[in-house]
Parts: sequence; structure tokens; C-alpha cells
Amino acid sequence: MEWLNAVVQGTLLGGLYALFAAGLSLIFGIMRLVNIAHGDLIVLGAYLGLVVTTSTGLHPLLALAFVVPAMALIGYALQRGLLNQTLGDDLLPPLLVTFGLSVILQNGLLEVFTADPQKISAGALETASISAGGLSLGILPVLTFAIAIAVIWGLQWTFYHTALGRAFRAVSDNQDIAQLMGLNRRHIFGLAMALALGVTAIAGVLLGIRTSFDPSIGSGRLIFGFEAVIIGGLGNLWGTLVGGVILGVAQTIGAKFDPGWQILAGHVAFLVILAIRPNGLFPRVSA
Amino acid sequence: MPDPILKMQGLNAHYGDFQALYGVDMDVAQGEILAIIGANGAGKTTLMRSITGLLSNAPGQITYENEDISRLRADEIAARGLAMVPEGRQLFPSLSVRENLIIGGQIGRKGPWDLNAVYKLFPILEERKDQQSTSLSGGQQQMVAIGRALMANPDLILFDEISLGLAPIIIKDIYEALPNIIGEGMSAVIVEQDITKALSVSSRVYCLQEGRVSLEGGSDTVSREDISRAYFGIE
Amino acid sequence: MTTQTHTITRSSNAARVAAVIGALVLIVLIAAPWWAGRADMRLMGELFLYLALASLWNLLAGYAGLVSVGQQAFVGFGGYMLFALTIFGGLHPLAAIALAGMLGALISVPVAVLIFRLRGAYFAIGTWVIAEVFRLGFAQISALGGGSGSSLPVAIVKSLADKRAMRESLSYWLALGAAILVITAVYLFLRSRKGLALTAIRDNELAASSLGIDIWRTKFIVYVVTSALTAMIGALIFLQKLRISPDAAFNVNDWTAFVIFIVVIGGIGTIEGPIIGALVFFALRETLADLGTIYLMVLGLVAIVMMLKAPKGIWGLIRSRFDLQIFPLGYRVIASEGPTSPETEKEA
Repeated sequence: MEWLNAVVQGTLLGGLYALFAAGLSLIFGIMRLVNIAHGDLIVLGAYLGLVVTTSTGLHPLLALAFVVPAMALIGYALQRGLLNQTLGDDLLPPLLVTFGLSVILQNGLLEVFTADPQKISAGALETASISAGGLSLGILPVLTFAIAIAVIWGLQWTFYHTALGRAFRAVSDNQDIAQLMGLNRRHIFGLAMALALGVTAIAGVLLGIRTSFDPSIGSGRLIFGFEAVIIGGLGNLWGTLVGGVILGVAQTIGAKFDPGWQILAGHVAFLVILAIRPNGLFPRVSA
Repeated sequence: MPDPILKMQGLNAHYGDFQALYGVDMDVAQGEILAIIGANGAGKTTLMRSITGLLSNAPGQITYENEDISRLRADEIAARGLAMVPEGRQLFPSLSVRENLIIGGQIGRKGPWDLNAVYKLFPILEERKDQQSTSLSGGQQQMVAIGRALMANPDLILFDEISLGLAPIIIKDIYEALPNIIGEGMSAVIVEQDITKALSVSSRVYCLQEGRVSLEGGSDTVSREDISRAYFGIE
Repeated sequence: MTTQTHTITRSSNAARVAAVIGALVLIVLIAAPWWAGRADMRLMGELFLYLALASLWNLLAGYAGLVSVGQQAFVGFGGYMLFALTIFGGLHPLAAIALAGMLGALISVPVAVLIFRLRGAYFAIGTWVIAEVFRLGFAQISALGGGSGSSLPVAIVKSLADKRAMRESLSYWLALGAAILVITAVYLFLRSRKGLALTAIRDNELAASSLGIDIWRTKFIVYVVTSALTAMIGALIFLQKLRISPDAAFNVNDWTAFVIFIVVIGGIGTIEGPIIGALVFFALRETLADLGTIYLMVLGLVAIVMMLKAPKGIWGLIRSRFDLQIFPLGYRVIASEGPTSPETEKEA
């Protein structure tokens, strides 16, 4: 029963990791950009959530109504103002610019919020649980998992059933020809980053409710998200959810052996899958 | 005589250090079909990329509908009603046939062309509308590429090497359909390596050689010798 | 028309002048224990170690196209090997440093086999995962102090030299020697056939593979050699620090972010770049480090602006203005027409 519990808790944790990963996966799919600052942007989302909840007294889930648009706006500005200039055939500029961005974000947050761990207070939601089949399930993890499914479903629907999604796919296929269709790729990329950071905002706020956070934890979240993307297979959002779940389960099972092994077990699971299935479990596009 | 719809004056184009076009002067009259011929590497595709804004130009070199478009982005030029059927078709592989057509009309210009009109022109596309565009045959893909450009209801449409890589019978079909496609005041530029086909549908012809205009004349008045000289540069 | 005789040479006037100046500078630097204060020597020693790390990262990212953000894996590994081999193996620290390099090469083989499956930017994050695995792994080894780390016993420190002044001089010379070793190794490697193949791969991977260059193998060799040398530098770093912990040993800021900054500022893909970058970085650090987080934000900002506005770094700016090359890698065709012939340069 303890093991079953670990698997279930790990699965629910995987929902959070899938949310970390979804934004990463989205922007890689559309513009082949790997954003090293992604983890720090998740943390930024958590801090924005903290600021909104403490200053307005709103419940964090309602605060999302402010945090999501704010992050989307930041994403659009970031893409148009900075990241668009790095795109091209050369791999180094986007990588190093987002790396520099990561350093700036992390230290900027440190400057404003200090290194003290913070937590977003969500009242009863933090501790509420239901019992099912002898297991005690926290409402928050269950809700997080449900939100992850809803977000991924929403992204898929946007991608395949809207004009915006059509434009995303067209620009991803062939930037030049997409421009000939009257699509301004810089604007489309801006919208993609806005969407990605909107999702990141959700991930950040849920992270902030679940655990305490400080400015330094971004790189760890980047790595979890990245592992979920690779395990699931590039360009496949549902695969990313599975990847997040595998990572989460590996971590909770590792923690059952020894609490010090939790994160390590996740990395090892990732490396094992990389060794036997280099393109992930459900590959769609080749990187 | 009315102003030309498209006019190039002293157009130079570069890829990095390499200059591909040298002072090209050219104009396209309202409603005419113009042919541009030339050997491989003569600069035809570069010219198309300059006109559509995929290559950036110096100001004052390209005028479209009495407006300097030299510095505009490709999407801004497209929005003014200049469409292209690109070389090698270049459909969007992750879009279905129908989506490829819809995205062509996304600019939202008014005119005779919509999904139904394209389906009427190429009925096979309606049958295949939900397939992946890359699953079609070469000729059918070319139909999608032409339909995609028409969906923008352009004033000027550029055809870049539409016969390249297609079977002769399909080329014949497409060229027979061209007069129906280009009508109602639409102007067209046809870039071709197949000289006979290019001359048969056009009223005037330009020949490019090593990035320069080597010949200009009426399609039914230029002689074969003139063309050979202009095409291959034999003195 | 005048008849021209062409000579092909790798050397350049700037290179010859630089060689003379370089030799003089080297002598002055070797003599530092007789003219520099203790603090200055420490600082210079640190600079040399950063220079070595930067040159190695530059070889990886600037020439082999292997953009790693996980080099801290090998810095930390080398440091831990120094501690393990001296404390438990009873080795002399110098022997331990050499062996740490070999072990670094050994461990980099399976690492390379795994992460070479990842392309481009994903490779970068993959290297980071490896560094995290190393960090968490070493934190589990209680004999080495687990998560809180351990110190190098006094007896081992003394085995290096009895007197403190001598130890400090030795430590300084080791750092200087490491920097010279690494730069020379990188320079000679890039001039070799393998090095030219590497430049060809960087310039055009497709064309290089059609010329029969085994890209995977070439990159693999570069990765293993770089890892070995990085591990040795890591061992040297922690021989100076005398204390190691997982967080310090596998710190992404200290061993990768700063190193990348140095290379980007100086000029990526050139041998001169890391040297200039290291000097600029230390100048900035010595003047701004009191500002703490603001200083780090400035570094990030400078790196971003540099990458966007001058992607070839300070050395690239200098070079585009003066056609200088201190470490000539390419061949030059010199047309000797008159006594003062202009030189035209062609990269090989």
C-alpha cells in the first residue's frame, strides 16, 4: 500500500512537472528556441502570485486572473524586444542570451525578495484531502493534475483548431513562406511566448502553493521540465504529461528508499530512458 | 499608358558578400502576364525574394501600386495583394490541404477567390481537403500552392518555376488553366526555365543573365537567336 | 602585369611580435613570487585557473559546437577526486591531480555516449542534468562529508611544501602552468589535422561529413580531452580552496556561468578571446563585486548585449579593425610584389 501510495503521489506530482514542461515544449516546437531562463520564469510567476495574494488578499487561484495575463505580457515583450533578435541558424545566441537572462532574473528576484524562502498561502486548499481506496489524496495535487490535463488539452485544441494554432504550425514549418501568407513571424513568436509564459504562470503559482520557494530554485525546475519533455518525446504535449508522471513517480519511489535519493532517482530515470529510447517514448518531431 | 503595377529601378541584391542582382530595371503593366526567363543561377529566384520582401532591399528600388515597398517586410507586402506560388511548392506539411488554402486567405482581402472557388477550379482538392498536404502527388501539391496564392485575392501573382519537377502532362494542364486563373485585372509574373511555355502564355518577356537584364521584348516578337544569346551569353 | 611570387605562411608579424612580448610577460609572471604580494598572487592564480577553464569551454562550444552548461560536473569531479585520492589513496597531491584528469576522461566516456544523443540546446541542458547527478551523487558519499563536505587534512597540505610561502608560490605556479598547458594544448590541437577538421565541422557540418570527417568521433575526442583537463583544473582549484562541498564543487554560476561570460566577452571561437575575457572579468569583479547581486545582473546584461551587438566579442572587434592574429591558425597567402606588400589573409 505504501508503494501504491508513492506511485499515486508521484503521478500527481508529474502533473506539476508537465506544467513546467508545457511552455518549454511549446516554444521549442514553434521556434526551435530552448529557453534556459524558463525555470526562473516559473519562479517569477510564483513571486507574482505571492505579490498579488498578499497585496489583495485574493485566493491564489483567483490571483491567476492577474498573474497569467501579466506573465503573458512579459512573454510577448521579452520575445519582441529581445529573443527575436537571437533567432537564426546559429545555436549560440539564443542559448547564451537566455542563460544571461536567467542570471539577471535570478539575481533580480534576490535583490527584490531576498533569499528567504516564501510560500503562497492558499488556506484550506493546502491541507485538504480526500481518501479513496485507502489512499489519502491531497486536493491540491489532484487539482494540479487536473489543471495540467486541462492546460495540455487546451494547448492541443489551440494548436489544431484555431487560426492562431494554424499560424503557429505554419511558422514552425516554414518561416519564409508563412511570411508570404501575411503572417508576421515576430508577432507570431511573441504570441507563442505569451502563451508559453501564461502556462508558466499557472505552473509557478501552483508550485508556490505546494512548496516554499526562493530565487535560486529556477534551474531545478528547468531541468525537471526539460526531462519531462525529453522523456515524453519532443513536440508531443501528451507525451510530455507522461514524461512528467514518469519523473514524478521515479522521484517519489526514490524518496521511499532514502529521502536524499528523491531528485537523483528522477535524473537516473531520465538518463535510463535517454539510453534506451533516445527520442523519448512518443517522439513526433526530430530535434 | 497607366502606371505599371510593379516597377524595379536599379535593383541590387546581395547574399552576404555575394551580389546576385546588378541594377535590374523591370516593370509589370496592369493586367499583363510577364515572363522572366534565364538559366540556373541567373538571379530569377533572388528577384522573386527581393520583390516579396524575403530579401531586404535598399529604399526606392521597388515600387508596387505607386508605393515604395523596398523596405517593407514580407508580410506587409503580402497584405498589399502581392502573392507568390513559390518554387518547389513549399506547402506547410503540418497543415491539411484545406488549412493550407485557408491560411493563404488569412490576409482577408476581398475578391472572387475563396475556398469554393478554388475547389471549383481544382475539384480534386475538395476530395482531399482533410489530407496532409504532403501526401498529395506533385501536381496536386502544385494546385494547392496555386490555390493558396489565389486565396489572397492578389492584384499581382508571382509564379516561380511552377513546372519544375512535374510530369509534362501535368505542366500542360496547369498552363492550360493559367488564363482562367489570371483574369479580371490580375497581373502575373511567370518565372520559368521552360522558354516555350513561358512565351506561350505571356505578352512580354525579360531574360536574366548573371544578375542583369540581358533581353526585353514582346513574347511574340523576340527571335530565337536573341533569346539564345541573352540566355547563354554567347556572343 | 608584374610577376608575383606567393608564399604561404601561418605566421604573421603580429604573431611574431606577440611571441616576443608573450615570452617577456611569461618571465615576469613566473617571477611573481619575488615581486607580488600574497593577495595579488592568489588573485592571479585564480585568474589563470579561470583562463584555463574558459579556454577549455571555448574549445568545446566555440570550435566543437558542444555548448555545455554542465562543465561544473568535471570541475567538481576533479576536486572530489583530489580529496578522495589524497585522503583515502594516500597519494601525493600532484599525483592525485594527474590521476583526477585520467579519471575525468574515463567518466566522460559514458557521459558523452549518453548526452551526445541530445542535439543543440537540449545537449546543453543534458550536460546540466549530468552535473546535477554528480552533485547529488557526491552528496550521498558520507566518507567525503556528504552534503556538508570536508576539508583537506593539514598533513596532506604540508606534503606539498613545509613553508606556507613556498606552498603559495607552488600553488601559483601550478595555476600558471595549467593555464599555459591548456592554451598550448588547445592551440596545437587546433593546428593539427583533427583541429582543422573541427573548424570545418563548425563552419559547415554537412560539408564536413561529405568530406569524410567523422563528426561524432571528432566531437567525442574533444569532449573527453576537455573533460580530463577540466577535472585537473578542478583538482587544482580545490587544492587552493582546501575545502570542498557538493554545492561549491558543482556550482553552475562559479564554474560555468562565469566561464561562459569570459568567453563571450572576449570572443568565442578564438584563442585570444578567453585571455581578454578573463582580464575583463577579473577587472569587473574586483571593482563591482561589492555590489553583490547587482554585479551579477550587470554581468548577465553585458553578456546579452555583447552576444547581440558584438557576437565575436572584444577580440572580434579588435580583429575587424586591425587584422590581427596572435595565435595564427589559418594560412596566409602573401603576394610579394614590392618591398611593402599588402597581406591578404585567407583562413584555412
